[in-house]
Amino acid sequence: MIRIENLTKYYGERRAVDDISFSVEQGEIVGFLGPNGAGKSTTMRIITGFLMPTRGDAWVGDHNMATESLQGRRHIGYLPEVVPLYTDMTTRAYLEYVARLRGVERRAVRGRVDDVVQQCALEEYYDVLLAKLSKGFRQRVGLAQSIIHDPEVLILDEPTIGIDPIQVSQTRQLIRDLGKNRTILLSSHILPEVSMVCERVIIIHQGRIVAEDSIDRLSTMVSGAERLRLRVDGPADDVAAALEAVPGVAGVTFSEPNHLVEFAADEHPHGEITAAIMARGWTLTGMETVTMSLEEIFLQLTTKDDDDDDDDDDSYGDELDDDELGDAGDEDETAGEGAEQGAER
Amino acid sequence: MKNILVIARKELGTYLGSPMAYIVTAVFLALTGTFFTTYLAGVGYGDTSIRGFVNAARFLVLLFAAVLTMRLVSEEKKVGTWELLLTVPVRDVEIVVGKFLGALAMLTGMLMLTLYYPIMLMSFGDPDIGPMATSYLGLFLLGGACLAAGVFASSVTANQIVSAVVAGGILFGLWFLGVLGGLAPGAIGDVLALFSLSTYFADFERGIVDTRGVVYYVTFALLFLYLSVRSIEVGRWR
Repeated sequence: MIRIENLTKYYGERRAVDDISFSVEQGEIVGFLGPNGAGKSTTMRIITGFLMPTRGDAWVGDHNMATESLQGRRHIGYLPEVVPLYTDMTTRAYLEYVARLRGVERRAVRGRVDDVVQQCALEEYYDVLLAKLSKGFRQRVGLAQSIIHDPEVLILDEPTIGIDPIQVSQTRQLIRDLGKNRTILLSSHILPEVSMVCERVIIIHQGRIVAEDSIDRLSTMVSGAERLRLRVDGPADDVAAALEAVPGVAGVTFSEPNHLVEFAADEHPHGEITAAIMARGWTLTGMETVTMSLEEIFLQLTTKDDDDDDDDDDSYGDELDDDELGDAGDEDETAGEGAEQGAER
Repeated sequence: MKNILVIARKELGTYLGSPMAYIVTAVFLALTGTFFTTYLAGVGYGDTSIRGFVNAARFLVLLFAAVLTMRLVSEEKKVGTWELLLTVPVRDVEIVVGKFLGALAMLTGMLMLTLYYPIMLMSFGDPDIGPMATSYLGLFLLGGACLAAGVFASSVTANQIVSAVVAGGILFGLWFLGVLGGLAPGAIGDVLALFSLSTYFADFERGIVDTRGVVYYVTFALLFLYLSVRSIEVGRWR
């Protein structure tokens, strides 16, 4: 449904997107992940026809967005990173205007607006000026305008940025619902979000794709190691020492109340570990395989990439800074499994 | 066509929904009214013409066109709605023409409100209708040309002040090109005058509809609308 071929975009001398290719199949929800300045928004702006590529092509359905932009745009719903609101309009007037612009027939406008208002739970704010809405509701109005013409393709640039945790989880649910019969490309720098909403992830860094796969496969691909989280009823230091002595175990770390045991992916020391604990008379109360969280995958990939090509790219890269990961950490409460693992590290 | 009307109606609605339009209109009426009256008083009420109003309005139109159009594109670029407008299935030219027509409707409304000057003259005297009608036609054409230049100025920047200054610069520069033409010798002066916004207005004031004048103002407007479309297009490649 969306096909990107050798896409490159320069802003003057600065290379924002560097020869990337990927595709999103019909009905897929794909996460587009990367630090700020990685080229996510630029790529999305090219897909939606807002910008022209310097080289390469973007296809939406059968339409090349450089030459048949108008036809392509009919199939796309787009929520830019900065929610495009006319703050002097009410929710109703705004959605009616966008509906008309997006080609909804005059007679159908009222009905479509009612539908999306209900879908995005905006009924209470029907006749409120957009200037008076909170950030979260503005975001929802933004989502509402993007689906007003019932598009096959949805491009969402950071759809949950800057809204509070309860609204974040509602928005994610909404996106999941929307994705049931649509193709969605969603960008984010909030890692748990992507792992919860998306089936597949494309990780972009400094304008290049550094990884593209399902989250599970990315996890094993990057790490080459597996980890077990154990809960053992016994003196922590002794337990750690005993575990380290088990053949095949590469490392043990203790973080109250769990021991984290690391070993190569092709080793399977589970039996030996259990035996070692029982031999000393302790009780094993929990054992769980830890998959690598997206944060870890992300960090590994992006730092690896830095090492590979620090020769020519110094001029434009935005480094992933601590604030970014901090943001991701803040999401933990609503973020389910992936984030919990991230938080416990 | 449908898209043009949707955009034009929205722009007109935005004008009418904001206090700015009313302030602008009030000031426009106050200033033109003052010149209308002072002219009549100056000739001891011995003349029934709107010359005072027209003399002021032809300059004010330059200024007010720059002010009315400054937000049309710049504001959308600033707040991010531009990204919405350029990704809906609407042609760039439809956006430009829609916005232009919205502003033209606003300016036409302002000019209509001044119709009470000639109406007043007609109820108290026996004015020559011809020059009054052509003066209004001239102001409308001049206004359209100025608004088109204003749309262009707005399309090149995200800053409304810059937009207004650029539009004002273009319009007053081209207006006084005629004066400059009068100072320059021979052929150069004639050529300068040929391109001046002011050259063709005099005929309209005198009650003459010269085709050259109509063609000039319409071409002027079309040229700047075309440049606006190109400017938007260039923006996509940047």
